[in-house]
Amino acid sequence: MCLGVPGRIVIVEGQIATVDFWGIQRQVRLELVDQPVAPGDYILNHVGFAIRRIPEEDIEGTLALYEELLREPEQAGDLMGADVRSELDGTRGSTGEP
Amino acid sequence: MLTAECGLLSVRELKFRDPRRAVALVGAMRRTLDAIGRAPVSVMHVCGSHEQAIARFGLRSILPPALDVFMGPGCPVCVTDLPEVDEAVALAKQGVRIATYGDMLKVRGSSRSLADARAEGAAVDIVYSVSQAVELARRSREEVVFFATGFETTAVATAAVILGELPSNLTVLSAHKYIPPVMEIVAEMPDTRVEGFLAAGHAATITGWGIFEPFVARHRLPVVVAGFEPLDILAGLARLVELVRDGEPRVVNMFPRCVTKAGNLRAQEQLWRVFRPAGGNWRGIAHVPNGNLRLRDEWAHIDARRRHRIDVASLWDEAPPALVQHCICGDIMAGIASPAHCRLFGKECGPDAPVGACMVSSEGTCRIWLQYGGRPEAALRESATGGSS
Repeated sequence: MCLGVPGRIVIVEGQIATVDFWGIQRQVRLELVDQPVAPGDYILNHVGFAIRRIPEEDIEGTLALYEELLREPEQAGDLMGADVRSELDGTRGSTGEP
Repeated sequence: MLTAECGLLSVRELKFRDPRRAVALVGAMRRTLDAIGRAPVSVMHVCGSHEQAIARFGLRSILPPALDVFMGPGCPVCVTDLPEVDEAVALAKQGVRIATYGDMLKVRGSSRSLADARAEGAAVDIVYSVSQAVELARRSREEVVFFATGFETTAVATAAVILGELPSNLTVLSAHKYIPPVMEIVAEMPDTRVEGFLAAGHAATITGWGIFEPFVARHRLPVVVAGFEPLDILAGLARLVELVRDGEPRVVNMFPRCVTKAGNLRAQEQLWRVFRPAGGNWRGIAHVPNGNLRLRDEWAHIDARRRHRIDVASLWDEAPPALVQHCICGDIMAGIASPAHCRLFGKECGPDAPVGACMVSSEGTCRIWLQYGGRPEAALRESATGGSS
């Protein structure tokens, strides 16, 4: 229920946007987002509402924060296998019938 | 590499899942913990989505053994109190159609759940979004009650819908909860071992990170706001142990792509126009002053508690199931115990026949642990002592 998922806006019609989440298109309401959004923007979706427009400069800023913490790269182990698509499916599953 | 991908018309660059970076962050954490020189350093997160990500990506298996990360009252379904569930169940049994989020279905009140009521013929609908409850009421001539659960991130959606045009047969039963006050309660618990908090990025997207500053000043505990991708969580934890090491309690925002100091003012404005903070019990935790969100008086006409007479007492004839007395969900949510301490976990209590709320919700600690392999912390200790560094 607390899961927010980033997606890219495809179409804006009034207070409703069609948003692409890894190839799955969903309708998302725009009453809560605090900045104007347009097709191509990334938003964070929560229970069918966009709660934040994600500006590109903030993405880079986050990466810079990580870089700051990365001092001694060690051997890589593949920890990050699963795909976000399952989170999207989970969004449906956690709110639909078990 | 990731930066270069940011220009592409794909959302894959938002995944933040580079294993090399993850390993380096864990190395940084280990060095910080070595400098602290004692174990365990204990930090709490307050979000089911954090626990899901930690479990799904096996993060505990790579965290330094000296770091103990555990989940507090971060599952909104789990902390919804018995009397609140009773209200919804009673309304359903009185013939009102209930719309609610799926995780609420199997959570028991004092004796039964909405799923039980539905099995007996009550009308209970699962919705993904409050917007669907509105559509449902529009298509129906029946009285519909939206049983509204969740933290501030979800409450703002309820608020936005209430401020729009509601069909006259729809009312709202608010069990919404507000996270910042419960952090105070956890920090003040006599048995607490919390040395720092990992705050949930999505809740902070709404409230802003500045809201944690008074908390930090009062309790001298650091707070790091973190996102939900594996690297977000690892970076957040790395920063949090640094703050513990430095004895420097302050708020650090490690989720700037979503969280600002002030937060989403438009959403906050809608939230507080519709809701007021009220004291109330969180299941298993305590009475939390200002921890509940109730509809303001001007919305009395859509408040299910005022529009309907809710006969909760009718539910009290039945005894709760016998196993309930052994459930330690409350201690788990308070961070005092883990599912590994529970005699029911994975035995009498499982997702198909949950005893406590922590096993019901996909955001509950017990459900997450069971889904991702039982007792991750125990497994971690074994692999950490016997495994590679």
